[in-house]
Amino acid sequence: MASPEDLSGQSAPLYEARKGVYPKAVNGPFRRFKWAIMAVTLAIYYGTPWIRWDRGPYAPDQAVLVDLANRRFYMFQIEIWPHEFYYVAGLLIMAGIGLFLVTSAVGRAWCGYACPQTVWTDLFQHVDRLVDGDRNAQVRLANGPWTAEKLTKRAVKYSIYLTIAFWTGGAWIMYFADAPTLTADFWTGQAALVAYGTVAVMTATTFILGGFMREQVCVYMCPWPRIQTAMMDEKSLLVTYKDWRGEPRGSVKKAQAHPGGFGDCIDCNQCVAVCPTGIDIREGPQIGCITCALCIDACDGAMAQVGRPRGLIDYCTLDDAATEKAGGTGQPIRKTLLRPRTLIYFGVWTAIGAAMLFSLGQRTRLDLAVQHERSPLFVQLSDGHIRNNYTLKLRNMETRPRRVAVSVSGLPGAVLWTDAGSREKAGQRIELALPADSVTSVKLFVAAPAIGPARQDFTIGTRGLDGDPRGDSDIIQFDRPEAGQ
Amino acid sequence: MADLKQRIDEATGTSTVGHEWDGIEELDTPMPRWWLWTFYATIVWGLAYVVLYPAWPMVDSATKGVLGWSSRGDLAKEMAADAKRRAPTVNAIAATAITDLPAKPELMQAAVQGGGAAFRVHCVQCHGAGGAGVKNLYPSLTDDDWLWGGDLATIEYTVTHGIRNPDHKATRTSLMPAFGRDGILDAAQIGDVVSFVRTISRQEKVSASSSRGATLFADNCAVCHGAGGEGGRQVGAPKLTDAIWLYGGDRDSLTATITQPRNGVMPRWGGRLDPVTIKMLSAYVYALGGGEKGLAPVAEGAGADGQP
Ligand code: SF4
Ligand code: SF4
Repeated sequence: MASPEDLSGQSAPLYEARKGVYPKAVNGPFRRFKWAIMAVTLAIYYGTPWIRWDRGPYAPDQAVLVDLANRRFYMFQIEIWPHEFYYVAGLLIMAGIGLFLVTSAVGRAWCGYACPQTVWTDLFQHVDRLVDGDRNAQVRLANGPWTAEKLTKRAVKYSIYLTIAFWTGGAWIMYFADAPTLTADFWTGQAALVAYGTVAVMTATTFILGGFMREQVCVYMCPWPRIQTAMMDEKSLLVTYKDWRGEPRGSVKKAQAHPGGFGDCIDCNQCVAVCPTGIDIREGPQIGCITCALCIDACDGAMAQVGRPRGLIDYCTLDDAATEKAGGTGQPIRKTLLRPRTLIYFGVWTAIGAAMLFSLGQRTRLDLAVQHERSPLFVQLSDGHIRNNYTLKLRNMETRPRRVAVSVSGLPGAVLWTDAGSREKAGQRIELALPADSVTSVKLFVAAPAIGPARQDFTIGTRGLDGDPRGDSDIIQFDRPEAGQ
Repeated sequence: MADLKQRIDEATGTSTVGHEWDGIEELDTPMPRWWLWTFYATIVWGLAYVVLYPAWPMVDSATKGVLGWSSRGDLAKEMAADAKRRAPTVNAIAATAITDLPAKPELMQAAVQGGGAAFRVHCVQCHGAGGAGVKNLYPSLTDDDWLWGGDLATIEYTVTHGIRNPDHKATRTSLMPAFGRDGILDAAQIGDVVSFVRTISRQEKVSASSSRGATLFADNCAVCHGAGGEGGRQVGAPKLTDAIWLYGGDRDSLTATITQPRNGVMPRWGGRLDPVTIKMLSAYVYALGGGEKGLAPVAEGAGADGQP
């Protein structure tokens, strides 16, 4: 505690060095759950780019690939083109609503289990334990002098940090190019400069954020805690120290000496020792708590040892806390999770997901966009016909070359041809060959008799001639000179 | 509010900043060390930037910076790099006869695009964006009617040598006589010729006037415009039987044209633009929508009568 004297003069520090956090190893159901999540998320992150997926000769055979150069996004059998970016937007919206859903139901569970910062911090803390030993050994080493042993241990530890960080950065770039090729190129010095740069930056950030800044990222840098606080209500599950049951604290000995004078907390400090962000949950809900529930595991262990019921620290809603304080029992967990708010979030979330799946199933892989050339709007031909020019953008989104027919309807007497042919060969329908997985730009000429309205809407449509006959159509305007012009 | 009296907050042991707003006080929590370091680093970065790069605006320019970098210099470098990047294509176009371009779709496409850029700089002033032309002044380049011919080589010749260019031998020349102004035909005769021209373009029915006009036409006009008004490309004489009229196909316009013809002029671009640019321009004009295919190339410098 600072004393008032500290304020005279300039003794108030400008900055505060990070206080080391040396969480103790703990075991229990939540810890095991955290292990499982860590294993799954890391496996997904490091492994996904190596899954192969055969798409035929015209497309990459990497299951998940963000192909920035060709502006394609591949995800198993789904291929997203830039103009279909709304699918990505839909995913982002789902992620947002998913966060609402999770937070309103189980508080900051994302923070505690799935956030990359949490996962890598957890991983690095295991490295600490592996090299330096558990909490006490770590503290001793940190406060001790720089002996040869400390130097060696630090060197080993930071090397492991660096290796993990490098692997993390290396895995990142695999999402943007063919993984095996890129790996070979990377080690033979032939990869793009941006690949090396990205790996360097990702390695550095992982090393610094996961190895050294840890909980400071959660407390000072991350906006999620603030946002999530706003999304929680009195029915969201939070890690709560049940002070009405635990206080006043006292050791087993004291409790034996004064039966009935003390609460259940035996003041063993295990909950503080295991906390990865170094806070004391007994001081109440606070921003540093990522609700990882390791303190629950620790306290349940302590309770088991002294033969008291578990759950002195437990997931508990603010409403239940008030009820229990008043002597009642809280709601069953099912009621907490399945309440209107979470159900509405879940409904919206599933609806967006279903809509996206549906439209993915419905979308045609032959897309047409027509642009009317405006200068000039129309051209008078020597035989008196009027010609309008259009630019067709034909997207063949299948990974094979295709043959398609382009035709017009709703414009009597119209004939069409492209700049590859001439008007002699014009007809009401033309056939085009489209290369695989590409956008083809075609200049289309449409000629129609001069007699007719000055502005007339008609339809240009495409149709697949091989395989999937579905196509796309666009309604566009045909312009003629005004009468008397 | 501000009594500036700092005190120690009981609960946290941290001093307050000394202000109080409606009973709310702020803790004077020290920044984390990394934050402060980052802050100092941004200051160092800023100072270094000011020294290295143009930064402070002065009266008529900015401080230069010791690296000598400028966005203008960057642009020059980019332009040079771009020219280098385009060189193979440009050289290939230069080495290909214009009539051979369509057989090489990639080159043709590059030429059309390059020509489009040149067109937007040099040609839109008269022929309009997109080559639509201006009624009564400049012909449309997008239709299927060509005064001097619409195949690639012919277009290239026209662009190179221009039309009715004074002081240039190879330019395309022809002069339609001013039948009215110079008194070659009187007003009634001109009216008859107009009637005849309008009958061959199917705008009027045959009449006594048009029959008289037929004779006058045969005597005065057919030598350039052809016996049936089918036009004569050697002299750029327009076809009179179609629906396209540069100076208008109604009675008044035709009367005005015959009385005092316009004889439009187009500058020659040879000498002003390099041959590759002219070749690309021609390809662009050809591709605008009305180019004519399959005609024999014209010999360079053959003059106005070297037409196919
Ligand atoms: S207080 Fe408990 S739940 Fe919160 S971060 Fe610490 S260990 Fe995790
Ligand atoms: S682990 Fe449980 S018993 Fe031990 S100090 Fe924390 S709350 Fe009290």
